Amino acid sequence: MRYLLVEDNQELAEAVVNRIELDGHAVDHAASLAQASDCLAAADYDLILLDVMLPDGDGRDFLATRRDVSETPVIVLTARSQISDRVGALDQGADDYITKPFDFAELEARCRAVLRRRGGAAKNEVKIGTATFDLTNGTLRVGDDIIELRNRELRLLEVFVRNAGQILSKTQLVDRMFSYDAEVTENAIEVYVGRLRKKLTRAGARIETVRGLGYRLHGS
Amino acid sequence: MTPNSSISRRLTFLLACVAAVLSVLSWYMVTEFARQAAERTQDNILEAAATIIAEALRSEDGEVRLELPYSAFSMLGAISEDRVFYHVATGTETLTGNAPINANLTAPTTGQTALDTITYQAEPVRVASVTRVILNNQAPVPVTVSVGQTRNGVSLIANDLSRTAGIFSIAFFVLAVGLSAIVARTSLRQLKVIAEAVGRRGPSDLRPLRHPAPEELAPLMVALNSLIDRLARSLRQSEDFITEAAHRVRTPLATVRAQAEVALRRVESADEKQRMRQIIRAVDESSRSAGQLLDHATVAYRAENVPDNRVDLAFVAKVATDALQPTADMKDIDIGLRTEETVVLGDRVLLESALRNVLDNAVKYSPPETSVSVTVFKADGFGQITVSDHGPGLGTAPYDRYTNRFQRGENVGGTVGSGLGLTIAKDVVVAHRGTIELTDNEGSGTCVSLILPLA
Repeated sequence: MRYLLVEDNQELAEAVVNRIELDGHAVDHAASLAQASDCLAAADYDLILLDVMLPDGDGRDFLATRRDVSETPVIVLTARSQISDRVGALDQGADDYITKPFDFAELEARCRAVLRRRGGAAKNEVKIGTATFDLTNGTLRVGDDIIELRNRELRLLEVFVRNAGQILSKTQLVDRMFSYDAEVTENAIEVYVGRLRKKLTRAGARIETVRGLGYRLHGS
Repeated sequence: MTPNSSISRRLTFLLACVAAVLSVLSWYMVTEFARQAAERTQDNILEAAATIIAEALRSEDGEVRLELPYSAFSMLGAISEDRVFYHVATGTETLTGNAPINANLTAPTTGQTALDTITYQAEPVRVASVTRVILNNQAPVPVTVSVGQTRNGVSLIANDLSRTAGIFSIAFFVLAVGLSAIVARTSLRQLKVIAEAVGRRGPSDLRPLRHPAPEELAPLMVALNSLIDRLARSLRQSEDFITEAAHRVRTPLATVRAQAEVALRRVESADEKQRMRQIIRAVDESSRSAGQLLDHATVAYRAENVPDNRVDLAFVAKVATDALQPTADMKDIDIGLRTEETVVLGDRVLLESALRNVLDNAVKYSPPETSVSVTVFKADGFGQITVSDHGPGLGTAPYDRYTNRFQRGENVGGTVGSGLGLTIAKDVVVAHRGTIELTDNEGSGTCVSLILPLA
């Protein structure tokens, strides 16, 4: 996926870029609305993350004018009142908003929800056994059948796909899968791996347990 | 009368003093007039009696003779039971009469009446004297007739009248004091009306006072309104300040959080990972608190002037549910939404914020892969939004506790929270003349209901 981050605070932008890149996405950073326009003219993005207060204008005004020319979904980043900003942002055509500081797992969940809702984003598909997994909207299908995955199973699968062929330890999986305000044990990981394993049998893929080290996905 | 004592009491007291002076004065004047009137009546009768007796004088056989006309005395008897004296004399010679009651009187000239009060037998006696000239043996002889009467009757009448006047004066005084109190209170009612209008106001209703006020109160109103204005301005400033502070706090927090997530991936040891997680949690906690404090401030501000817009609670529930769906998805929590059109009057933004806070709590405290249900329905003239979850429930603490600022349950465990969520919901609901109800969700979990009067 390719993101455009429009954010004037340099440190925050850097941190966000680093963090998003960890998940294997590409991110361009624009520090002003002018730069954002340049970026949008030069490349196609799957999603725009837009700060509200920018040095050369209000992000929401940008949003209003932008709506006429582009279909790219926008998630507004706000540091202000959820009550008033939210109404304004959504009325002006943002697809969603997220309050700073944000949980990247939540941001990803919101991105996926937006992309699924829009349905128009470029497909980013990988093969897992006989199944096709769309990384953009998170659907796993075998032929025309969709294999229903719960959100955590989906996230787990994403982690495996993005780290194809690697052995992932339980600790690594905990780090990547869970929101940090939840107390998660490594036993929970075993439960989710177990479930995902079962669902993947239909696709002819399997998750191998590497004793003492972790898990590895075969078939992608 | 200290300067701090009530204006009403002071006014009443002053008016009562005036009434007292007027009462005494009027009593005195009435008494005086009554006495004079009684005396003048007696004087007139005495004069008439003396004149009648004088008319009865005649000359016979060279002597001045008198046949006393008793009608003259019966006339005097008409006034009272007072003793009557008479004396008829030519020069110094007494013709008839019981005593020289005119001893001290200088005989009046013919045709004139002399009146005087003398003391006779240790009693004040009023005496009227007339002089008539009788021709006796071709010679004019002046004869003086004096009629006197004690004054007991007159005093009696005067005292009587004085007493009556006294009673009337006291009655007048009492009435005047009563009326003064009423007048004082009436003229101060405007002040009371304004005071009540100010007293009735909510803590952040800072519109200027627009009550019609008498001229005398105008400076007070101006002073009051300028105070209100200054207060409103300082309140607005603190709101701006909160907004600004939230912004200033959250941007660096967002940076720290993102960096910590990146660092968490890079560090190897379990200890370091644990530390990174703690950092992320602390950041989440502060950002949540900042957000809710801000929400709370906004709610407090908006709640004072809730507009009467028609708001469909079903729509509110849809919006809030949509907003929290991704968060719920992360824990695989299903949010079940069942609604019917339920229109109430109020502020959509506030109601959304109330529900979002309740729902946020439900999602936050629910274990993964459970369900939260949101129901909107009408019952008995009320619209109700009920959010029930399968979380740890409320425990045993009194339910009031949860709607107080910064109070959290006993069984929240390690979950991040500021304890403001339900307070915000409650403030919103109360501003819409509704109530919030917290119950156990059939033994496991919590059930929060926002109950609002229908439009």
